[in-house]
Amino acid sequence: MKLEEAPASAAIPSAIGEASLLRRKRTPLTVWIAMVFVAIVIVCAAFGRQIAPYPPNQQDLLLGDTSPSAEHWAGTDLLGRDVLSRTIVGARTALVGPAVVAAGAFAIATLLGLMAGYLGGKADSVVMRWVDFMFALPGPLIAIVIVGVVGGGFWTAVAVLVVLFTAPDTRIVRSAVLEQRPLPYIEAARTLGISRRRIMFRHIFPNILPLIAAYVVLDFAFALVSLAGLSFLGLGVPPGTADWGRMLFENRTILLTNPMAALLPAAAIVFTAASINVLGDWTYERMSAR
Amino acid sequence: MRDGSLPAYVLRRLVAAIPLLLLISLGVFALVNLAPGDPARSLLGSRQASPETLAAIREQYNLDEPFIVQYLIWLRQVVVWDLGRSIQGSELVTSMIWQRLPLTVFLGVYGSLVALGIGIPLGVLAAYKQGSEVDRGVVAIGVIGVSAPAFATGIFLLYVFGVYLGWFPIFGQGEGFVDKVWHLTLPAFALGISVMGLVIKITRASMIEELHKDYVAFARARGLASRRITTSYVLRNALIPVVTAAGLIVVGLLTGAVLVEVTFGLPGLGSLLVSAVTQRDIPVIQGIVLILASFIVLMHIGIDVLYTLIDPRIRFGRVEA
Repeated sequence: MKLEEAPASAAIPSAIGEASLLRRKRTPLTVWIAMVFVAIVIVCAAFGRQIAPYPPNQQDLLLGDTSPSAEHWAGTDLLGRDVLSRTIVGARTALVGPAVVAAGAFAIATLLGLMAGYLGGKADSVVMRWVDFMFALPGPLIAIVIVGVVGGGFWTAVAVLVVLFTAPDTRIVRSAVLEQRPLPYIEAARTLGISRRRIMFRHIFPNILPLIAAYVVLDFAFALVSLAGLSFLGLGVPPGTADWGRMLFENRTILLTNPMAALLPAAAIVFTAASINVLGDWTYERMSAR
Repeated sequence: MRDGSLPAYVLRRLVAAIPLLLLISLGVFALVNLAPGDPARSLLGSRQASPETLAAIREQYNLDEPFIVQYLIWLRQVVVWDLGRSIQGSELVTSMIWQRLPLTVFLGVYGSLVALGIGIPLGVLAAYKQGSEVDRGVVAIGVIGVSAPAFATGIFLLYVFGVYLGWFPIFGQGEGFVDKVWHLTLPAFALGISVMGLVIKITRASMIEELHKDYVAFARARGLASRRITTSYVLRNALIPVVTAAGLIVVGLLTGAVLVEVTFGLPGLGSLLVSAVTQRDIPVIQGIVLILASFIVLMHIGIDVLYTLIDPRIRFGRVEA
């Protein structure tokens, strides 16, 4: 038995097929579907109000909850609001929050990971001790409690998720930095007397950027699901907002009269997150195959 | 040898967990001060805020003492299993938790059986048929599983099997074991599926890696039955990463349980936490978070112990855990 061969790569995300087989193959169909779906969601997020057949908050209390019809393709909710329109407009909060979470977490994680991995020593042990501590905590439950107790809704939720996501991301960046550190180009740079900061940000950073990009995409999907979960518990966006998680929360009681009111936003969450995950896995495999 | 004995290892880990638990308890206690506004008012809840009641609350929770003294008083009570009373109806927090716990445990065990019982075989199957249609199908299930939050899956299951087909009850938790299983099947599957994606991903990746190792080729060359190679050699080694991920899986199950209990309206610990959070019932929140966090810390130790039993090299510090 070879003990030196640590199974470090065992837990890496892997889908669509093995990287080696894929390298020169054309883009798989699932990736195309995912791209198109994400593009549609982005368009909805940008121009939702123009596309939606009705204003998302236009109530019709006399109408109430109705099942799908020619006027309302996905029916209406308890307040007579058009479910399809609300789902289209809901794309905005579904994308904006996760984008901030993924970008924010990785900005901090890159800084901490570079410091821990390259500087080593005290910086490394402090950062990693903090990461280990965060790993010992039930992150999502912490998010529920803090957002609920502190209040502040959506942006509190985003801020808490940034902190929670930073820990695992830091670990990823650090191990990528540790892989780069013994390489000849770093040694050469060091011999030339280039400053540590410059080596970290100008030399190592560009080399780990592709990996970071892949993980940002995966983080994005996870943040989307997490934020939707908080909204579903009534903790994210304020009541009345056209938001997928919130719609599920409000409309799960009318599953018998208009199931579409809950199923459509649920499907929107699942398919958007799945598409982004597919794209993330695909990016990861392309990057690691290089 | 003495240094590497199992009881010594467990003891060392338990001692090492004490500072972590203290840190967590400090964070949990600080929740009172984290809530916006006067802590006395947030502890008062829906009761009338007269100067007398506020003074009584201040007295009861020692709010006029310095923070660290308040914390120590609170900690002394927590150690003897006194978590205070709910600010709504003044029920004992410990008895509320005891009441809700069995359902959540039942749901968690059932859910993890679903996740592991379906996830591991699917992962193994996909690894064997790597690159085939079957593999792609399983990977797709895995991606959906990772992407679908438990409440979304729950709504789909509730609609299809509860409302549309009418096979399962759409609310309630049932009486007696069989009825309970029947009532909690949809929630348990919603919970299990949300964790299954991760199980499939890890099992598949580590099975593929194991299958490419020399000993498998050797065993095949020696003419060992394929089933024997899988069950007694490959699967055993391949499941180590799954054990490593057990921490993630359990945290996933806990989060999922919160969402599933709310989706299906089940009176478990998770829905208690959510209602306490919405009502800002600080003592109840503190109690639940403290218990769940301690559970997770102890579980991490349990996983590491399990790990040393599977792979004794770890205990002797020859490979990194």
